[in-house]
Amino acid sequence: MAKGDPAGTARGRRATPRSARSGGKSPGTDLVQLLTPEGDRIDKVTWSDGTEYRVDFTDEEYRGLYRDLVLVRRLDAEATALQRQGELGIWASLLGQEAAQVGSGRALRPQDMAFPTYREHGVLYCRGIDPIMPLGLFRGVDLGGWDPNEFKFNMYTIVIGAQTLHATGYAMGVNMDGRTGTDDGEAVIAYFGDGASAQGDVNEAFIWSAVFNSPIVFFCQNNQYAISEPLERQTRIPLYQRAAGFGFPGVRVDGNDVLATYAVTRAALDNARHGQGPTLIEAYTYRMGAHTTTDDPTRYRIASEVEAWQAKDPIARVRAFLTKQGIADDAFLAEVEEQAKQEALRLRERVLEMPDPEPLTLFDNVFPNGSPEVDAQREATARYLDSFEGSVH
Amino acid sequence: MATETLTLGKAINRGLRRALEHDPKVVIMGEDVGKLGGVFRITDGLQKDFGENRVIDTPLAESGIIGTAVGLSIRGYRPICEIQFDGFVYPAYDQIVSQVAKMHYRSQGKVKVPMVIRIPFGGGIGAVEHHSESPEAYFAHTAGLKVVACSSPQDAYTMIQQAVASDDPIVFLEPKRRYHEKGQVDLDAPIGDAYPLHSARVVRPGRDATLLAYGPMVRTAMEAATAAEEDGRDLEVIDLRTLSPLDLGPVYESVRRTGRCVVVHEAPGNLGLGAEVAARITEECFYSLEAPVLRVTGFDTPYPAARLEEDYLPNLDRVLDGVDRTFGW
Repeated sequence: MAKGDPAGTARGRRATPRSARSGGKSPGTDLVQLLTPEGDRIDKVTWSDGTEYRVDFTDEEYRGLYRDLVLVRRLDAEATALQRQGELGIWASLLGQEAAQVGSGRALRPQDMAFPTYREHGVLYCRGIDPIMPLGLFRGVDLGGWDPNEFKFNMYTIVIGAQTLHATGYAMGVNMDGRTGTDDGEAVIAYFGDGASAQGDVNEAFIWSAVFNSPIVFFCQNNQYAISEPLERQTRIPLYQRAAGFGFPGVRVDGNDVLATYAVTRAALDNARHGQGPTLIEAYTYRMGAHTTTDDPTRYRIASEVEAWQAKDPIARVRAFLTKQGIADDAFLAEVEEQAKQEALRLRERVLEMPDPEPLTLFDNVFPNGSPEVDAQREATARYLDSFEGSVH
Repeated sequence: MATETLTLGKAINRGLRRALEHDPKVVIMGEDVGKLGGVFRITDGLQKDFGENRVIDTPLAESGIIGTAVGLSIRGYRPICEIQFDGFVYPAYDQIVSQVAKMHYRSQGKVKVPMVIRIPFGGGIGAVEHHSESPEAYFAHTAGLKVVACSSPQDAYTMIQQAVASDDPIVFLEPKRRYHEKGQVDLDAPIGDAYPLHSARVVRPGRDATLLAYGPMVRTAMEAATAAEEDGRDLEVIDLRTLSPLDLGPVYESVRRTGRCVVVHEAPGNLGLGAEVAARITEECFYSLEAPVLRVTGFDTPYPAARLEEDYLPNLDRVLDGVDRTFGW
């Protein structure tokens, strides 16, 4: 089997998982899927370790997930457009990964803490953070604006994999605070990607979490590429199987299936909050766009591959399901489109109004307790800037 | 006043114990810090008295120690991380420089990382390679980190507590060759009344030239000053104590009086602390200087094999040679 095969193909071809440890009970299932690309529901899936995954949503909840997916995609598209028009320095689009992010983001309970990379705009949205917030970072007017503890969503982390250790330490603290072992216990989720799985920090985070039995879910969005490098440059085995070597469960979910992603993440988070330790989730998905707006994916992947994934679009399948089941009508779909359009417009207007920071603010917040050296540089810079007062230049 | 004679290492141990007693959010984490009490026994007995949740034996991975301590900080803890030896801090360098140092700045003050990173540093103990390095310039060069070095048991006892109480991330350098040297320590003095953490201190007043040192070299500088008396030279010795931010007010005052200055450190001279100090003295004391600020430092070589370290490290004679040169200008 070619490594990095699209999820559906891999699923069909491989009778049993390669890893003896995860093989066995449920041959043929190495991907949890509850909604097919055609929009058909699968009632439940039993993973090889015997865990049964299912969802039980009301019609209203189904419609809510659809609304999330559409809004997140539309806001992301607006940010890409803003970058193309010179209003953002760079943008890391989540196009194609909406279901992985909305499914996992909506699976979080209010008390759970998330540690994102720089692409988790969909999770950020689910956490109730103003979508303008990350645009400050990408416009270059700040380095991140939200309070991680207020929204239980840490700042974006750009150094690949570093945040998995932060999440692990935070989860150790949850244990130390005695906040696990009950239904209202706390859990932590660490986002990272297939590229990050090669980082030492990620592997150290796995070890730490395992030996301290920390309440954490490692949520790997395997979008098949680390900028230009395909999955097979990062791993010889399916990523979820790595968990076995560290001593905790690993599960692969169709990352383009918002229902399955929700079910798998919710179960892993609940295990964590009940004191059963870490889980690795590999959300099998695809980065439909470029790595960032500076990237040119035509240099390293072929159009037919992108087209194959287009057929597995995370939003189209939900729309097909809602329509087929009569859960949503055309009026609802149109209303969601209109809302997305209006929110994107508002986002655009607010980005254009974002003021550039004052020069002297660059000296702010270097230290909680300040520094006489930084203070002296601030004062000297202020005098220097003042020296231009009245200058014709 | 409860004054005891303690080694520098034991003084840090007593300071850590007081920090753990004072604030339940303080935790110690590192390799072998639990049952063993650390390879230098600096955390001796602390896990026994405070438990495995307060004094945590970690997996053997330095990036993991610092990275998880960042997460604990976000959670509201105040981690004290022990890096076993100076030469083993580099696997954690990314977490220290890219995460610890920048978190408060990036978050516009919303996230504090009140972490202390303890590093036994410097040579002179006959160790195998990677156990004798002086990495202070890497950290002092990094905005967002504070760096201090203690040189005496009393300072070790108070400075470690001040560092733990500070909301700033602090690299706390311990002169490992001085761990066993003894001194009087006032154990009861309130930390709030202690000599400020980020302040240099004149440890020997003098008239003729100024010697600057920190950590293990303070004693070397003091011995040089004593020896210089026989040559009729009265040297002032200043313990810099805080390497970032520097506190050079007392240094400027001294150099304006003496007109001569020699900076001493074990780390290589090239782009070391001495270079920065010399540049600033030149800016502030230009018209008072009788000679350029000179440096007596380790060489720009990797730290050598143990049988060569006495040739590498500044010692009394090399310091006095530097003093001679500043007078010969």
